[in-house]
Amino acid sequence: MAGLPNQTEKLSLDTFLRGLWEENPVFVMLLGMCPVLAVTNSTMNAIAMGLATTFVLVASSVLISLIRNLIPKQVRIASYIVIIATFVTVVDYAIQAISLDLYNALGAFIQLIVANCVILGRAEAYASKQRLHTTLVNSLGMGAGFTLALLSLGTVREVLGNGTLLGYAVMPADFQPWVVMILPPGGFFVLGAWLLLFAWLKQRRDQRLLQQEGAPHAG
Amino acid sequence: MQGESLGFIFLNAAVVNNFVLALFLGICPFLGVSSKKETAWNMGLATLFVMLVSSMSAYAINWVLGELDLMFLRLICYIAVIASAVQLVEMFIKKFSPSLFRSLGIFLPLITTNCAILGLALFQTAKEYDFVQSVVYALGAGAGFTLALMLMAGLREKLELADVPAVSQGAAMSLMLAGLLSLAFMGFAGLGA
Repeated sequence: MAGLPNQTEKLSLDTFLRGLWEENPVFVMLLGMCPVLAVTNSTMNAIAMGLATTFVLVASSVLISLIRNLIPKQVRIASYIVIIATFVTVVDYAIQAISLDLYNALGAFIQLIVANCVILGRAEAYASKQRLHTTLVNSLGMGAGFTLALLSLGTVREVLGNGTLLGYAVMPADFQPWVVMILPPGGFFVLGAWLLLFAWLKQRRDQRLLQQEGAPHAG
Repeated sequence: MQGESLGFIFLNAAVVNNFVLALFLGICPFLGVSSKKETAWNMGLATLFVMLVSSMSAYAINWVLGELDLMFLRLICYIAVIASAVQLVEMFIKKFSPSLFRSLGIFLPLITTNCAILGLALFQTAKEYDFVQSVVYALGAGAGFTLALMLMAGLREKLELADVPAVSQGAAMSLMLAGLLSLAFMGFAGLGA
């Protein structure tokens, strides 16, 4: 995990923003890819999945941070998994009660939040070492970053693959939907394209920095 | 779903609804350990074994929890059993092949959070397979996972020799490749349910 010192962190705006951009769980750390690819064939699914994951992430991080001194080191991973599985069961039943359509659309992927490595990664790398309030803010940021990533895939795939956004038509009437985008290969392609875009932006920024540094000494 | 033949279940899990390329399960190890064919093969076998164990255990868990009327504990029980099975495989590999243990690295304990395995347990419950069907389903899923991993590793070994733009190296390129592979697997869609 990106070089966090082992001592407790001071609360700052950066605690939240880091998860959103600099250490975005999906685009930068490449964690939790399965739900990102699987449920983003429509924007609505992406939002629901993002919120559900954020809830589990925040709730389990807070609980783990609260009892971090009580968990023996040897069985910590098993304890984290049981805590996460408990909250996922809660979410699973809650979504079933709120909207059965949504529940059927997301399918097994609600229960598979248990196996989302973003959550276990946060528990191990952050919540087990940090104080309650920083953990809360940091996990909120990570959840927001995860939701943002889901949204950026979901919107692109729905607009291109179906010509709609949240169910409303947004493309001209004679637009031919790219059906492949809402099928499995589309998930890989769109995520690949986003990563390509970020890599290209990073490369440009690095080059500009290099030029700024190199220019005075060039002559 | 009593009527499904075993051959159909196997083919369906391995090829038509390939866990990695059609259902998006187990993407992390798929991208993480697919850079060399040998590692991919061993990872595939380790996953296959864990899948078999957890599929059989899931069947037993369903029976016990059904009798006790405690189905809401299902998820927690599955994940606990999977974690123990992974621990078993890890100890086994560490003892018999330390070099393999090193080459799999962090991805070995991470089989626990491989959603393909938890997904398998959930799907076989949803499809109401009996014991033999569950075992065949697990074998098919494991074989499909290994197949996808091996194909990807083969492609990536070739890719190392190819001259791609520097900006697209790494994860972006792997995802594009996976997309093409997944497109190819869609050709099987007509075969299954």
